[in-house]
Amino acid sequence: MSDMNTAMVEKYRNDFLKEVGANVEEGRWVKMCMQCGVCSGSCPLGPYWEHPPQEIFMMIRAGKRDEVLTSDSMWMCTSCYNCIVRCPRELPITHIMHGLATYAKRLGLAPKNQPTAQFSEIFWNNMMKRGRVNELKLGLSLYFKDGFSQGIKNALANQKLGMNMMKAKRMSPAEFFGGHGIKDVSGLQKMIKKAKEIELGKLKANS
Amino acid sequence: MAKREYSYYPGCSSQDGASSSNLKRSIDTMCEVLDVKLNEIPDWNCCSASIGYGSGGVLPRMSLSARNIALSEQHNPGQDIVATCAACWLATKEAAERFKEDENFFQEANTVLAEANLKMTNQTPIRHMCEVLIEDIGYEALSEGVKKPLEGVKIAGYVGCQTNRPFGIAGESFENPMYLDKMVDALGGESIPTYEKKVQCCGGALAFSEPEKSQEMIKGIIEAAYDNGADMIATPCPLCQANVEIYQDQINERFGTKFEMPVVYYSQLIDVAYGRSAEDAALDGQIIKAKKLEDIAGK
Repeated sequence: MSDMNTAMVEKYRNDFLKEVGANVEEGRWVKMCMQCGVCSGSCPLGPYWEHPPQEIFMMIRAGKRDEVLTSDSMWMCTSCYNCIVRCPRELPITHIMHGLATYAKRLGLAPKNQPTAQFSEIFWNNMMKRGRVNELKLGLSLYFKDGFSQGIKNALANQKLGMNMMKAKRMSPAEFFGGHGIKDVSGLQKMIKKAKEIELGKLKANS
Repeated sequence: MAKREYSYYPGCSSQDGASSSNLKRSIDTMCEVLDVKLNEIPDWNCCSASIGYGSGGVLPRMSLSARNIALSEQHNPGQDIVATCAACWLATKEAAERFKEDENFFQEANTVLAEANLKMTNQTPIRHMCEVLIEDIGYEALSEGVKKPLEGVKIAGYVGCQTNRPFGIAGESFENPMYLDKMVDALGGESIPTYEKKVQCCGGALAFSEPEKSQEMIKGIIEAAYDNGADMIATPCPLCQANVEIYQDQINERFGTKFEMPVVYYSQLIDVAYGRSAEDAALDGQIIKAKKLEDIAGK
């Protein structure tokens, strides 16, 4: 995707605000931010953001493209929607943060090894395989994302939790072999392929 | 014939052997006692929750919901879609609203649906089971059916995030929603309307990817329940339930606490208050046993 990154830099030059408005989910709202800071103060993970939402909005306007898109800040969003319901200007902040994260990942700029970025991808791939989430494999993929030996360590550290869940019939070893899924997997996969084509087509037309 | 009928979207975590299979079991019992018929949307798919955004763009994500809406229109025509999972409800409702706001986007979604020989008109209301209870049934009718009031059980109503924001329940405040408390009162239990962590985030999906940061928030949710003298926490959300219940061992180890706070669903409270057994109420799905509810169910 770095070709697309180069193309976007070429096209928008110094106007990152315009680039965000054209390509990021709900990005056209960024210019409405009045810098009151309620979003940053309302975020449950606020202290962990290198650049909290209010700052991200100002950085976008100041053209700090690399700093924003390579930041791991947006990945701190837990999708709690606190910022959305409190924003006096009614900016869809949660969506903008998701949008910035997705855009950064598409351009290949998202920080590598950011755990939530990795989990997001694991989740998406897991779900797309059979149309429904396979929780057992989701957990295992997360444990083993940093290699086999770390995976065993993680699995052992969470052994009691797994046993508890199995005892309560809220986790099933049978899920390892197939598990739940939808009938029309191929129809769903065709749909998502088409949706990605349409979306990528628009991004290319904008670059 | 049942008094009320809905098109049901149970969601991935509600399936057999999944983390909130106990929610589904307790909802099934609840619908029996309330004379509600749920018609599962045939072949429903995952909504990608609120974590799928990193890989799916907007259209791929919302196409997932479009498929469920289309299948519901086709198989359960004229019935409101009802979800029991906060993320399922939010994703589906958000998609439906986005399709209504933006005609082009709606057309694109239908182009995508055509790949699976589906189409949608997007006229179906997308509702949460709590809306059915509050708006279609009502607190008064709910309290009329109580056979075993939850007397002496003090319950912290933990609404969480996504059942409450950005849509929430009509007439309720985002900062201090009262509906869970009213439900608890209607069932004869003791609510804690001032429970200060009722809309605190549990970390959501970040409980998996950022456990240290999330468990600190979960600790606050449980601590406040103890401070208010709660016997248990009740919630409408499957992820809230799991996050607040299942990591208590790890939190105790991390912070030196001695938590052992049961976390149940509103549907389990209703099942027990309506005289059903602990098993029907899926209380065997608790990792931390809800002893006081079991006692009432066993009476």
